[in-house]
Amino acid sequence: MERHLSLTFSRVATAAAAAVAIALVSLAARAPAAAQTQPQEIKVGIVAFLSGAAASPFGIPARNGAEILLEGLDKGSVPAPYEKKGFGGIKIVPVYMDEAAGPDPITAYRRLASSVDFVIGYISSEHCLSIAPAAEQQQKLTVFFDCGTPRIFEDNSYNYVFRTTATAAVDNIAAARYVFSLYPNIKTVSGINQNYAWGQDSWKEFSAAITSLDSKVKIGSAQFPAIFAGSYSSQISALLSADPDVIHSSFWGGDAEGLLIQGAPLGLFTRSHVVLTAGEPILHRQGIASLMPSGVVLGARGPHGPLAPESKLDDWFSRTYEDRYNNTPAYPSYHMAQAILGLKAAFEKAQTVNHTEHPTNAQIISAFEHLSFTTPSGTITMALGKGHQAVEPAAYGVTKVENGKVTLVDVKHYPVECVNPPAGMKADQWIAQHFPGAKNCPK
Amino acid sequence: MSAILVDGVVYASWIFLVSVGLTLVFGVLRILNLAHGSLYAVGAYMGAWLVVRYFHAGMPLALSFALLLAGALIAGLVLGPLIERLLLRHTYGRDEVMQLLVTYALFLILGDLTKLVWGVDPYYAYAPYSMLGNISVGTIPYPRYDLVLIGIAVIVGVALWLITNRTRFGRLMTAVIRDREISTALGINVPLVCTAAFTIGAVLAALGGAFTAPTISVVPGIDVTVIVLSFAVVVIGGLGSLEGAALGSLIVGIARAAAVHLFPDLDLVAIYLVMTIVLIFKPQGLFGRAEVKRL
Repeated sequence: MERHLSLTFSRVATAAAAAVAIALVSLAARAPAAAQTQPQEIKVGIVAFLSGAAASPFGIPARNGAEILLEGLDKGSVPAPYEKKGFGGIKIVPVYMDEAAGPDPITAYRRLASSVDFVIGYISSEHCLSIAPAAEQQQKLTVFFDCGTPRIFEDNSYNYVFRTTATAAVDNIAAARYVFSLYPNIKTVSGINQNYAWGQDSWKEFSAAITSLDSKVKIGSAQFPAIFAGSYSSQISALLSADPDVIHSSFWGGDAEGLLIQGAPLGLFTRSHVVLTAGEPILHRQGIASLMPSGVVLGARGPHGPLAPESKLDDWFSRTYEDRYNNTPAYPSYHMAQAILGLKAAFEKAQTVNHTEHPTNAQIISAFEHLSFTTPSGTITMALGKGHQAVEPAAYGVTKVENGKVTLVDVKHYPVECVNPPAGMKADQWIAQHFPGAKNCPK
Repeated sequence: MSAILVDGVVYASWIFLVSVGLTLVFGVLRILNLAHGSLYAVGAYMGAWLVVRYFHAGMPLALSFALLLAGALIAGLVLGPLIERLLLRHTYGRDEVMQLLVTYALFLILGDLTKLVWGVDPYYAYAPYSMLGNISVGTIPYPRYDLVLIGIAVIVGVALWLITNRTRFGRLMTAVIRDREISTALGINVPLVCTAAFTIGAVLAALGGAFTAPTISVVPGIDVTVIVLSFAVVVIGGLGSLEGAALGSLIVGIARAAAVHLFPDLDLVAIYLVMTIVLIFKPQGLFGRAEVKRL
């Protein structure tokens, strides 16, 4: 017994000694780091589709937006309130990564996150849903710039993850309101959306918002082709035979372009009122914009591009973009700008509040929560998801073709309080309860 | 009902053009070519590129169909022999996993080469699609271009049947499909038959891509969807069977159109549901033959 106790004591002592040794080694390892000079640059991982079907309409404009903005910040040429160079005077070094890079999004994210200070990225809602827990685990401040599914902060709570764009719910609530403002007597609504989180959520929210605004409207068939399916002839003929008053689609990229190429000659866009909630990038696509007929409701997932409010910052952003790329920026470029400027604003606020040039992650996160910051699309506020999810105004317009040029007319802006659910309430609950507290909605 | 039939036949025509090449290549070479979708994509790019260049030069619309055909022929006739002679020939008789890996590598290489040559910006070549106008079936308008697709699929199907059953080359190919060793022993130039069969398969894949180009935005990534669908068709029809590819395409087309019109939620699974049912009752596919494994 005595021998057993002594053996146990000996093991405990050995373990304690080992723990102390590990702690000392850790401290020793940290001490020189603390004494080192602070880094003179900040590495920001920027992730967007740089290959595949989503690259050209989304990923490349997003990367281009990052390029001109980061260069402008480095030179100090961005207008107020972003005259300060880099992030609080520290140079930003972008590390671009293809969102389609293998072997899988999470492994690629972990690799990138281990070599940069912050990550800004992700277009795919599926990717955002899977990367948010990984970011939390890796304790890497990660800003989602474009993905739209509301589930990220409605179903979970994250400390290291922020999203500086509104959810798809906002796009679809505003779309439903806009449809009623233009066509108050509609009776049937159908949809064609991609069969994954983005498309399913978008249709669910749009059809629910329509019913919530007018319960007499009949929700018809909902087509869910595979993403990047390419051919939609069967779905188009199903929609033509259903002949609804309104067709809703959250198609984006090549899919939206394919729907236009195949549907326009058949009269799909003129027989029904078609709503493309993410259709604005088509206006920037030389070679296909001319196919767009008059009367199509177009959204830009916020007040971006031709829907952006006038400001010096937007002037600088769109002019610099056009000078560099010989094309105007589409909404993914604006979304990217929002994420970069949000992170910059949070970083600089953390510097000011904590009187330090190099704030810690915790200080930046604290500064980012509930932050309001200026962007080329107006002011963004991190009001939902415990201060991690942005609320945004929304805007819609209808296409008008004149002399071969497509413009947006009848533009309406929906303020934040009209189309964003209040904090603590899920979008689908807010819609089902007929938008309690919604105000200042335009007629 | 008529809409389901028309949509089904149009879809079947498109998928037949691609899958018949896949099944032909498998029948002769005994290789399941994962890069078949890449040849489809190259055909689409080549066709779209030629049409875009052609219209920039201000040429008449009518000849654009000849350009699509030319694009497919250039892509298939150049890449087919190159791939078969330089790469696939070294994998004959090897383990199936190794063959799959080689064709998968080829799929990745061709995907990147496509981006190198044509970039990542989309090509729009919709003029041949929209210039023909529409026809109405009942109250629903359909593009006349769909008739072109159906016509090409019928011509390809009949031509392949005639080549296989009424020509000397077809009989040689059938002999190689049935037994490569005996064919070699009989003095048939099996390597030449393999090169010719793979080239025909490559041309057919490129043809499918080239004539699809006017209906889509041609962007990187269009190779993936088509290869998965083609596999489903080929498995339903029976690997290596031309008749199987035709019937498989028709079944897949009608099943998908019925799902889209009647049960839209089943759009994605309809094809694989049909495949599962067929495989339960006919594990070799509708026209597939059980094979004796040589030890």
